Amino acid sequence: MTMTQELELDDTDRQLINLIQLDFPLDLRPFRTLGDQIGISEAEVIDHLKRLTDIGVIRRIGPILNTKGLGGASTLVAMRVPEDAIDRVVSRINDFDEVSHNYLRPGAYNIWFTVSASSKERLHKMISEIKAFGYPFLELPVTRLFKIGVKFEV
Amino acid sequence: MDDLDLKLIKLTQDGIDLVPDPFKEIALELAIPETEVIDRIEALVERGAIRRFGASIGHRVLGIVANAMCVWNVHDDRVEEVGAVMAGFGEVSHCYERMRCPEWDYNLYAMIHAHTREECERTAHDISRATGISDYIILFSEKEFKKTGVRI
Repeated sequence: MTMTQELELDDTDRQLINLIQLDFPLDLRPFRTLGDQIGISEAEVIDHLKRLTDIGVIRRIGPILNTKGLGGASTLVAMRVPEDAIDRVVSRINDFDEVSHNYLRPGAYNIWFTVSASSKERLHKMISEIKAFGYPFLELPVTRLFKIGVKFEV
Repeated sequence: MDDLDLKLIKLTQDGIDLVPDPFKEIALELAIPETEVIDRIEALVERGAIRRFGASIGHRVLGIVANAMCVWNVHDDRVEEVGAVMAGFGEVSHCYERMRCPEWDYNLYAMIHAHTREECERTAHDISRATGISDYIILFSEKEFKKTGVRI
């Protein structure tokens, strides 16, 4: 992939990426603290992070929310949608703000999306609306959690 | 969680600004001291409303372009043990047990990230060998229609 070659991450980039996924410092001058940790200035940290954001390596620095911890409810849905209807159906599904991920996958069920709603009632309502699209449908809520990411070592 | 917490999450969920004092603007908006912004974020992490506060990585850009959802049919008695083994694999970013459906026997889900599909397949194979579970399918993501993360 040429894309990865063009990225040219330097050691500082790598250090920062590995550091700020799990241990972003929560203090008044977080980028100064990061700089202190790896021996560069606050301004340099900010420059590196801006570039990494521009090229898409960093999507955002912020809270990764836990639907359940917020009192909400979530599930995974698999749907069997005929190929000629995929675009239309996907765009209707994605219109819901509560849909956080949506992928095309091979196999009998081809559209796979996760829904995170503010309450069980809201989730239930959404599921009924999506069921009304009329396609075969699996509702697959989590019953046990073994691992939730995600730190990518670079 | 009160209204301020909710506003705080809404103000930060799309990312804080890359400026020396990123919490200052948020504090002004919420009319609370900057230190309270930080205390509230820490409390939300403590209570589990926020899993972690940090960077979300665009792994595709890093060349980690193969993304497989591997689904396994594991006997209920073995789920705890097998789930723990799967979670131990570095290539597995997420591992859950999910409800079975009448038409869908698979109950364990492992999300595998790697540079190539072959690497994903190899990892699935290694997991199969390590656990003795042979009833599984690998569903690669062929297209990403949406990925926003959980938002409120």
